[in-house]
Amino acid sequence: MAGARDTAIVTKHTESRAPAGVADGRWHALEIVFWLVPIAAYFVLPDYRILGSQILIAGLFVLSLDLILGYAGIVSLGHAAFFGVGAYTAGLLAVHGWGEPITGLAAAAIVAAAVGYLVSLLVIRGSDLTRLMVTLGVGLMFWELANRAASITGGVDGLAGVTMWNLLGLWRFDIAGRTAYVYCFVVLFLMFLLARRLVHSPLGLSLRGIREGGKRMPAIGAPVGLRLRTIFTIAAAFAGVAGALLAQTTQFVGIDTLGFPRSGEVLVMLVLGGAGRLYGGLIGAALYLIAHDYLAGLSPVYWQLGLGVLLVIVVLFARGGILGGAATFFARRTGR
Amino acid sequence: MSIVGVLFDGIAYGSLMFLIAIGLSITLGLMNFVNLAHGAFAMLGGYVSVILLQRAGIPFLAALPAAFFIAAVAGVVLERALYQRLYRASHLDQVLFSIGLVYISIAVATYFFGPSQQPVRLPAFLQGQVEIGGRGFGIYRLFLIATVAVLTIGLQLFIDRTRFGAAIRASVDNATAAAGLGINVNLVFALTFALGSGLAGLGGALGIDVLGLDPNFPLKYMVYFLLVVAVGGAGTIKGPLYAALILGVFDVAGKYYVPQVGGFVIYLLMVVLLLLFPAGLYGRRT
Amino acid sequence: MKPVLSTRGLSKFFGAFQANKDISLDFLPGARHALIGPNGAGKTTFINLLTGVLPPTSGRVMLGAEDITDVPQHRRVKKGITRTFQINTLFPGLTVLESVVLAIAEREGRAGICHQTVAAQRHAVDEAQALLGRLRLADQAASLTRSLAYGKQRLVEIALALATRPTILLLDEPAAGIPAAESAELFGVIAALPHEVTVVFIEHDMNLVFRFADRISVLVGGAILVEGTPAEIASDPRVKEVYLGEAQHD
Repeated sequence: MAGARDTAIVTKHTESRAPAGVADGRWHALEIVFWLVPIAAYFVLPDYRILGSQILIAGLFVLSLDLILGYAGIVSLGHAAFFGVGAYTAGLLAVHGWGEPITGLAAAAIVAAAVGYLVSLLVIRGSDLTRLMVTLGVGLMFWELANRAASITGGVDGLAGVTMWNLLGLWRFDIAGRTAYVYCFVVLFLMFLLARRLVHSPLGLSLRGIREGGKRMPAIGAPVGLRLRTIFTIAAAFAGVAGALLAQTTQFVGIDTLGFPRSGEVLVMLVLGGAGRLYGGLIGAALYLIAHDYLAGLSPVYWQLGLGVLLVIVVLFARGGILGGAATFFARRTGR
Repeated sequence: MSIVGVLFDGIAYGSLMFLIAIGLSITLGLMNFVNLAHGAFAMLGGYVSVILLQRAGIPFLAALPAAFFIAAVAGVVLERALYQRLYRASHLDQVLFSIGLVYISIAVATYFFGPSQQPVRLPAFLQGQVEIGGRGFGIYRLFLIATVAVLTIGLQLFIDRTRFGAAIRASVDNATAAAGLGINVNLVFALTFALGSGLAGLGGALGIDVLGLDPNFPLKYMVYFLLVVAVGGAGTIKGPLYAALILGVFDVAGKYYVPQVGGFVIYLLMVVLLLLFPAGLYGRRT
Repeated sequence: MKPVLSTRGLSKFFGAFQANKDISLDFLPGARHALIGPNGAGKTTFINLLTGVLPPTSGRVMLGAEDITDVPQHRRVKKGITRTFQINTLFPGLTVLESVVLAIAEREGRAGICHQTVAAQRHAVDEAQALLGRLRLADQAASLTRSLAYGKQRLVEIALALATRPTILLLDEPAAGIPAAESAELFGVIAALPHEVTVVFIEHDMNLVFRFADRISVLVGGAILVEGTPAEIASDPRVKEVYLGEAQHD
């Protein structure tokens, strides 16, 4: 009939029918709403710009962990190693005279990626427990390294004097944190776009295949080791950029950018929000840091106690984190 | 300090590590549960002995069994209430759960005891040194090594010669088959967890002088216990024993001969050993 | 005719237990070769050795004239050797379509692409949909694998193997766990495979074996007892004694 044919022609011209059942990368309305929030916050909550920058940086760091944990299924207890490597790279560059921010980020990404590649060679061998121990050991090794090389890194006192040049030659990194916030937001958003595309790509599908059916992957001809090395390297680069952002915006690199507390913290943030969903990590980072900002000041003991209890409850009753719980809730509602 | 001195200190330190970590080896091998909170039981034993020594005036040697007992009871209670729900969960869930327990234990310890190191006064007969072959050896460290040696032999005999020990061995090997043979696997799990936690508590109490005791104990030493078990091989006694002794000696030697390198040596050693022996030195279950 | 896949003296020990004893077998091109034997005879172990899941204790695996004993599993798939698993070994959290697209993308070496979406791989998606159509799985394409009935999952198991376009297909009890009516349909799919594809299958249902096999090897206690055409095997007294006699009790 003429009507149906006209519709078909219109459809063919406007968009190709994406097949149901595979990722097509289309943007959901909620995603757009999500990204408007930090933009709005810049204007609506000017007193919280510094906290906001911290959230954006943590979001990028958690995103990097989601790539290896949520998508490839590698549990790492030493992910802060790449964060710290990126931070020290950017910090040392600035301290030694090169304060250009964006090339600093690039340098941090490259160095972190190189370290990530080397670590990935160790991590793909062995079982879950071995991997846990190796990642833990590597994380601690880097902390020790930074501590011992105190003449370079400043040791436990940290690396101060990280002065940055103007961003793109135009914007000074001001005390109020305006430039820093916009800088962090743009970097996070751009890298999120990269991660999002990666996750919806054949590589992303392959990684989910490794996570979902490790035994079947070699049986369909997939080079599992190569894929894991690839994503580990990419994730390390992301983490390195996050660390570099921290160094550049706070003008300081503390040794706590490495070490187990930082690795444990990013793991907690990811799990709270929900791993394997990209947005889960960002939400988890935001909630964690907001709660920390409010509660830890009141009583560090109660903060730690509350965090521990929350972890136990999440693991026992809400395994998918916030987004996982939301997904289950909506699935039940629509009867799927 | 001579090489003998370094060896002696290293063996004492390693023995203590072994005592605390052996419980983790058995529970990891038995329930395949990655328990990062194992050090919290050691810490519990430590604080129990502190309370008994300082506030109740109970003698040192009597406080030790109390530390064992209370840590064991805590182990059973937590195992039945919480741990057993996660035996089939992913390792990630187990890691997160036990990290949560660690944070809770640190918070509780800080609340009741404050953040600083607990001082311990050893009984007079355990202080000082004794001369053997022209060298001085710390009496307390001799006591440590002797105690751990006796306990290890006892533990090995228990596992090898008793019915319950056989039940443990069967359940480690194949829990489903063991259940099919009529072994009450739940009971085995609960009592084994109690035993492991109790030994950890005892180790924590014994180790205050050597390892120190503050609320961060579980985090500070977590990696060492895991290292001993991962490198030695979960589910065995011999493996973690050798791993602990090697670790102890290398750690002391490292700190003495190359102090500028510090803990780096240990972590590097661990990574290398794990790469060479992914299932641990003696392990079969990972 | 030269064998397309063969083994020479293939043995596998698990500790003191010998699961495969000195097996030397030839698989001819285009054959429909059944591997039968009692439970525990070592058939699945043999498949694991052929595909590279396990390394042999001794012996060689030859692909034509090429020694592939040390070639890892995923590279053997690229050389054309694919297997299915006795127990469904799928991707529970992926949709059926995603699983098949993944297998096709891996085959084409395009699964490492990270700058385009999966949906943009039109030819892979089209091929996957066609394959699912042939296996009557088109309606389940967008469903998560874990939500499918067991019989349908078994079809996905076959689909994944077919997606790799194997020249040698090793099927480990393809009809295991599905009722007789559906298994005939499944074997119909296998029988419809092009003649260039060599099919080796482990199976317990003797009706299916005698219907589809043109060659049968009998494995008992880890070693080859006898090998021959279906007629030869059916009349061999040793086989009747060891195996067919028991099988008659279903």
